[in-house]
Amino acid sequence: MTDYTPPLRDIRFVLDHVVDLDRLATLDDYAHVDGDLVMGLLDEAGRFTASALAPANRDGDTIGATLHDGEVTTPDSWKKAYDDYVAAGWGALQHPAAYGGGDFPLVVANAFKEMMTAANMAFALGPLLTTGAVYAMLHHASDELQQTWLPRMVSGEWAGTMNLTEPQAGSDVGALTTRAERVEDGTYRITGQKIYITYGEHDLTDQIVHLVLARLPDAPEGTKGISLFLVPKFLLDEDGQPAERNDVTCVSIEHKVGIHASPTCVMAYGEDGDGAVGWLVGEEHDGMRAMFTMMNDARLQVGLQGLAIAERAHQQAADYARERRQGTAPGAERGTQSPIVDHPDVRRMLLDSKARIEAMRVLTYANAMAIDLADALDGDEAAHWQKVADLYTPLSKAWCTDLGVEVASTAIQVHGGMGYVEETGVAQHWRDARIAPIYEGTNGIQALDLVGRKLGYDGGEFVPSHLASLRDDVADDRDELASTMAGVAAGLDVLEETTTWLLEHRADLRDVFAGATPYLRLFATVVAGTLLARGASAALDQVEAGVDVDFHRAKLTTARYFAEQVVPEVHALAPRVTATARDLFALDPDQLG
Amino acid sequence: MKVIVPVKRVPDTAGDKVIDADTKTMDRDAGETVLCPVNEFAIEEAVKLKEATGAEVTVLLIGPDGAQSTIRKALSYGLDGAIQVTDDAISGSDALGTARVIAAALADVEFDVVIFGNQSTDARTSLVPAAVAELLDLPSLTYARFMEIDGDAITVHREHEEGWDVVESTLPAVVSVVEAINEPRYPNFKGIMAAKSKPLDVKSLADLGVDAAAVGAGDAAATMYAFEPRPPKAAGTIVTDDGSGSAADDLADWMEEQKFI
Ligand SMILES: Cc1cc2nc3c(=O)[nH]c(=O)nc-3n(C[C@H](O)[C@H](O)[C@H](O)COP(=O)(O)OP(=O)(O)OC[C@H]3O[C@@H](n4cnc5c(N)ncnc54)[C@H](O)[C@@H]3O)c2cc1C
Ligand SMILES: Cc1cc2nc3c(=O)[nH]c(=O)nc-3n(C[C@H](O)[C@H](O)[C@H](O)COP(=O)(O)OP(=O)(O)OC[C@H]3O[C@@H](n4cnc5c(N)ncnc54)[C@H](O)[C@@H]3O)c2cc1C
Repeated sequence: MTDYTPPLRDIRFVLDHVVDLDRLATLDDYAHVDGDLVMGLLDEAGRFTASALAPANRDGDTIGATLHDGEVTTPDSWKKAYDDYVAAGWGALQHPAAYGGGDFPLVVANAFKEMMTAANMAFALGPLLTTGAVYAMLHHASDELQQTWLPRMVSGEWAGTMNLTEPQAGSDVGALTTRAERVEDGTYRITGQKIYITYGEHDLTDQIVHLVLARLPDAPEGTKGISLFLVPKFLLDEDGQPAERNDVTCVSIEHKVGIHASPTCVMAYGEDGDGAVGWLVGEEHDGMRAMFTMMNDARLQVGLQGLAIAERAHQQAADYARERRQGTAPGAERGTQSPIVDHPDVRRMLLDSKARIEAMRVLTYANAMAIDLADALDGDEAAHWQKVADLYTPLSKAWCTDLGVEVASTAIQVHGGMGYVEETGVAQHWRDARIAPIYEGTNGIQALDLVGRKLGYDGGEFVPSHLASLRDDVADDRDELASTMAGVAAGLDVLEETTTWLLEHRADLRDVFAGATPYLRLFATVVAGTLLARGASAALDQVEAGVDVDFHRAKLTTARYFAEQVVPEVHALAPRVTATARDLFALDPDQLG
Repeated sequence: MKVIVPVKRVPDTAGDKVIDADTKTMDRDAGETVLCPVNEFAIEEAVKLKEATGAEVTVLLIGPDGAQSTIRKALSYGLDGAIQVTDDAISGSDALGTARVIAAALADVEFDVVIFGNQSTDARTSLVPAAVAELLDLPSLTYARFMEIDGDAITVHREHEEGWDVVESTLPAVVSVVEAINEPRYPNFKGIMAAKSKPLDVKSLADLGVDAAAVGAGDAAATMYAFEPRPPKAAGTIVTDDGSGSAADDLADWMEEQKFI
């Protein structure tokens, strides 16, 4: 078992100097958000994640979730951890006070979620889905449904799930066939089977609220004919307490590479009779809109999983590298074994991981901040920040989850043979991380969203104008920042060129889609670079003012490393963006393998 | 019911303690400080009384301005208010001097029970609770691993090496608790936010009518003559086997030498 140390100083640096938390406090919605209060909360939240959740992470992997007679059992340590989570109330941070929440901005809640996920990713996945369900209901459900269900979902006493996937409807949600029938009393009856439903059944809460996508008999084809229903595990009695069992059962759970204690369930609705009782959320045939509300939040949260798991694995690798002695490092006394952290190649692995982790953090936090600004501002400003948030969400989701796997893999490499042996626990992080590029819309689908949808905003003008605005962050002309600014600016040039190419070739869908994934990676690398450059300017201010000089100097170094050694990857990515689909389709499917 | 929980600010138990070479007292401003972890058990017991009986719980802290974050931390568990006694003259007090100040502060307020942690993680004298009880002429129920209040009677299980004694008395009384008594909860985030606005009553020695000459380093009954950092851990003994199973004998010899067997 290993410890987790919440990276509170790094988080505070990003909140203060990169996303400008103080700006939120000047807006009416968030006048109560003061930096010291926030850090006081996060300090305590960090202590909670490290001492209440992190120790249960190993049990989650080795014991996992098990299914007997339709009931899923989680490890004993998890029930205690979950009860503590509800009692401490952290899940309610960003939700409205009217339902028992703290009215905090998403950027603050996400800082907590980063720590919760790093402490125990499979555990945090449950609250992630509950939060998404709360959002869908806040924006789309009737008052009555909100009053009945939200308070106990906001507190975490009741869990929420999200049911899209069916065997024939994965990436292609529009192909789903689960049926809904209207009933005279205004409720609905749901019949069908869903697969891969995270936390579809478990013993952590005494109620599970399923949000289920289904089709009414007269529904149009495709995504325009999908409606969203609330289907609880237990129907409520007159006092609002869970009572009679609804016709929803977990028929099996998957045996997975990682996140073993997060049950991934096949759910059967209405197997025993006329269908499971459900309530409509939003309008009939308008379910995709509600599902998108939920998914947009969930996509950013999954991006955070990449950051969080990378941080956790990296902490373990850095600790190991300071302890393990092997070989004599250049410059060390002959005949002695050096700590492997003294070998340049091990340094390379550790610094590279650290820089990428900081890059993921600035991107995901800026993404959350854009959502907060869109919520708190009005009119054109709100619309602007909404577009920024929409643009950054696929970047956060896909780029951070890819890097999460890469950094976790590097952490194994730092451990040498011990990394491949389960005993150290570092391999668990890599196995856990591997799901994140797949669920919540595969990373391939994220890239399509970026080039197919987001690039088209404002008739194709939004992205270029946003990129132009990022130049401000690389304009600091102090000598010490020269190569940082120049490196990121060169990346911006490449991003602008590839963006122009994609916009010009918009009509050739196949060519544009062929370059989508490398473009997303290029895009995210450069945006994160501009945010790190912004942080570097602030860090230099702090160094010049003599504040925490060592800490801020380290920030200058990681930003410079990123600008000099990571951003140049864009030069290798650009030809892949503009290569067209020529070679991809030059071979028959049979010739591919 | 009214409950008082005296709390203390101590150096972070994970960090190193810094002792001032001149005054031979702990430098409490050096390094991270925390609410004494043993206090969390006393607070948990108070919170349980609050939940069960609606008891009003007040935190009492003797310490400088810088210790207010410790008070807020204690309040974040949902307690009602705090009293802080702060006065430069208190600095350097020994356990008895501290007990005099606490007793004077308690003499000023109404309470049914005072719940201490049985010791603080920095000094570990365990003297203060008993001294306070003596000064106030109240029953002293220390080392409680269980406590129960029924009307104006209190029962505790007093822990000692062989087990525990059942001790009963009337209220008001002074209790000190050991870590076996409960499992402290985590503060709730709303409790943390509410702690900011809980009433805090700050008093000086003059307010309490305590003679400054009776406390502080000058009047301390205990005198610190010298101190020394803990010696670094000696390297452990490594027993290697030469292939013949000799390690088993070596280990057994070593254990006998150490009087483990
Ligand atoms: C552990 C786990 C938990 C999950 N939790 C949930 C949950 O809680 N609720 C829920 O509803 N679902 C859940 N899912 C389902 C998950 O969202 C889907 O697996 C995912 O959307 C991919 O669908 P699929 O598995 O059918 O893969 P497919 O759609 O078959 O995709 C296979 C490959 O083809 C690519 N591909 C597919 N379509 C396109 C296209 N149009 N263009 C380009 N490439 C394409 C994909 O990118 C992928 O690489 C979970 C899955 C797992 C494994
Ligand atoms: C599944 C498995 C099967 C194996 N099979 C065999 C086998 O059949 N026979 C056998 O003899 N061994 C075997 N091994 C051992 C394997 O070859 C070693 O694990 C490997 O050589 C790495 O050594 P290490 O584990 O001690 O890692 P370490 O040497 O401690 O390496 C840790 C990290 O430090 C780096 N590092 C170490 N020294 C330096 C240096 N001088 N400069 C720069 N970087 C350095 C490494 O690159 C690595 O990233 C096996 C290991 C595993 C896990």
